[in-house]
Amino acid sequence: MKLLTHNMLTSHVKGVTKGYPLLIKATEVKMNEVEFNPQFVTRMIPKLEWSALVQAAEGLGQRQDLPGELVSDYEKNEDFLKKVHRVLLEVEVIEGCLQCPESGREFPISRGIPNMLLNEDEV
Amino acid sequence: MATTTGRSCLQYLLHLAQDHLDFRLPEIKALLALRGKAFQPRGNFREKVCKSNIPILCIFFFTSEGVCPVDSMLSQSHTLLLASSLQSPFWCLDGLSEEDVRSIMGRSVCTKSAFELWGHGRTHSELRTSLLEYPSENMSPFMHKDSTYRINVYTYNKTLVFADRIKRIDALEYLPFEGTVSLKSPQHIFCLLEDYGTDPNNIPEQPFYVYFGRWIADGQRELIRSHSVKNRHFIGNTSMDAGLSFIMANHAKVKENDLVFDPFVGTGSLLVACSQFKAYVCGTDIDYNIIHGKGKSSRKNQKWRGPDENIRANLRQYGTEKMYLDVMLCDASKPVWREGALFDAIITDPPYGIRESTRKTGSHKDITKPPDDIYVESHVPVSKAYHLSDIFTDLLNFSAHHLVMGGRLVYWLPVFSPEYCEDMVPLHPCLQLISNCEQTLSNHTSRRLITMEKIKEPEEIDSSSHQADPRFRPYQGHNSFREKYFSGLNKRGGKEDNKSDVNGE
Repeated sequence: MKLLTHNMLTSHVKGVTKGYPLLIKATEVKMNEVEFNPQFVTRMIPKLEWSALVQAAEGLGQRQDLPGELVSDYEKNEDFLKKVHRVLLEVEVIEGCLQCPESGREFPISRGIPNMLLNEDEV
Repeated sequence: MATTTGRSCLQYLLHLAQDHLDFRLPEIKALLALRGKAFQPRGNFREKVCKSNIPILCIFFFTSEGVCPVDSMLSQSHTLLLASSLQSPFWCLDGLSEEDVRSIMGRSVCTKSAFELWGHGRTHSELRTSLLEYPSENMSPFMHKDSTYRINVYTYNKTLVFADRIKRIDALEYLPFEGTVSLKSPQHIFCLLEDYGTDPNNIPEQPFYVYFGRWIADGQRELIRSHSVKNRHFIGNTSMDAGLSFIMANHAKVKENDLVFDPFVGTGSLLVACSQFKAYVCGTDIDYNIIHGKGKSSRKNQKWRGPDENIRANLRQYGTEKMYLDVMLCDASKPVWREGALFDAIITDPPYGIRESTRKTGSHKDITKPPDDIYVESHVPVSKAYHLSDIFTDLLNFSAHHLVMGGRLVYWLPVFSPEYCEDMVPLHPCLQLISNCEQTLSNHTSRRLITMEKIKEPEEIDSSSHQADPRFRPYQGHNSFREKYFSGLNKRGGKEDNKSDVNGE
């Protein structure tokens, strides 16, 4: 699971009102090089929940010097876009789980793939 | 040198492939829309808008005046008119630049080639008149004495012997070619195209229509072969055919740097097509084995899937792994995405219950066992029927919420042909129906490729259930489509006993 995906996920456990962001509990994280595409990163930035991204990267020890606030004029700031690219697309959670911040329900991540299915008694 | 002020009002000739006829016009229109251009056919096309806003194309037959409508030649019903129009392999378009045409050819899997049209006519003498009227300043950049060229002869619905082809080329001697012929690597390729109609049992002596033009570019037919499911690393029982996958990506106006989502991803055939057009892709499915690439193989001589048979490996096979975001195990009836317009396109082939089951998590039984605190990765939740009507309601609601404005939803709607009418296509106040194309599956069933575009943000009132809507009636009851599908089969076969109650509820 990449952090771009994580940034768009929310808990859908029944009755939960504040299920975002999901807490990442990782036991295996991998860096996977992906070709840098400044246009795509620039397009994605307005869609991101910035603080959730920073928090997720921090939790995985991958924040490096990613700023806490979104910088202005990021379109032309290639250095910044590269940092965002790395966090969005190159950091991958391979094993671990995602935890709902409200209910505590955990969704396992196995071989890089989150299992977001609820059990029959939870729907 | 090749551009003068007058060149913007040139006409272009598209030579279309003769399969998936219904899908061609929406593809060309979508690709034109990506360039901000409208579909402007020459005077021999007419578009009718019927009550559901689905444009229906009617073509007038080509005549010397270019305006004689078909219905003055044949007094046929409207449906026949439509059928004949969609069969034509040649379309002439106005209002485009050569760059537009090249861009469309860079994407179209329905078009074989495109030409800058220099002349046309019902006969070779009309063609000659037309060509001699064509402005010489438009021709000369491609005909001067330092250039090299070749002339091809293409005949539709007839094969010419070599000698006849040479005769056709020799007959063009009135054109002021000054360059030298180079068969192997010409700078410019010209083409004489002859249309002998679409009836292979009734091929006329003389062509119905002839065209002459300068070749601009070929379409992307090659992708259908290079991406064939036959040679794909990871496939399933219902993997989408390569050609149709690319058509879907085109109908969805998928473009570079888009974010595309497939909620019933299966083996990811649609993601393969979208990633080829440089979109970033993600998908979800309820099937653990498919998502993890485990379980029985769909290949004939292979029992189990290999260790790296998954969607990511498919993208890797075609060199587009960098466009892969994620796939997840997820129930399409309970989406896990946060609020917001996240996706530029949603493109999917939902299960109909014929070759794969329709299901979602949940159980009909009362659950008495208290839930455990531990959620095992390998736990397979009990699933229950997912009614087709609910699948479409959920899909349209989800798209209204999660598509960007102007983003498109493209999906397949199964129909029982004897009952089908346009009013059965599900609607949503935030989604405008763009196109509705039929692919026949059997003599009583077909599936329709539905394309919708988001035109407004959903308000509370818009997310109300469409259950009461009569258009969903054919899809209510878990297996109603499945029952019809097999009941029709029984009627036709006659041999099979009345087995339809096996799946009844």
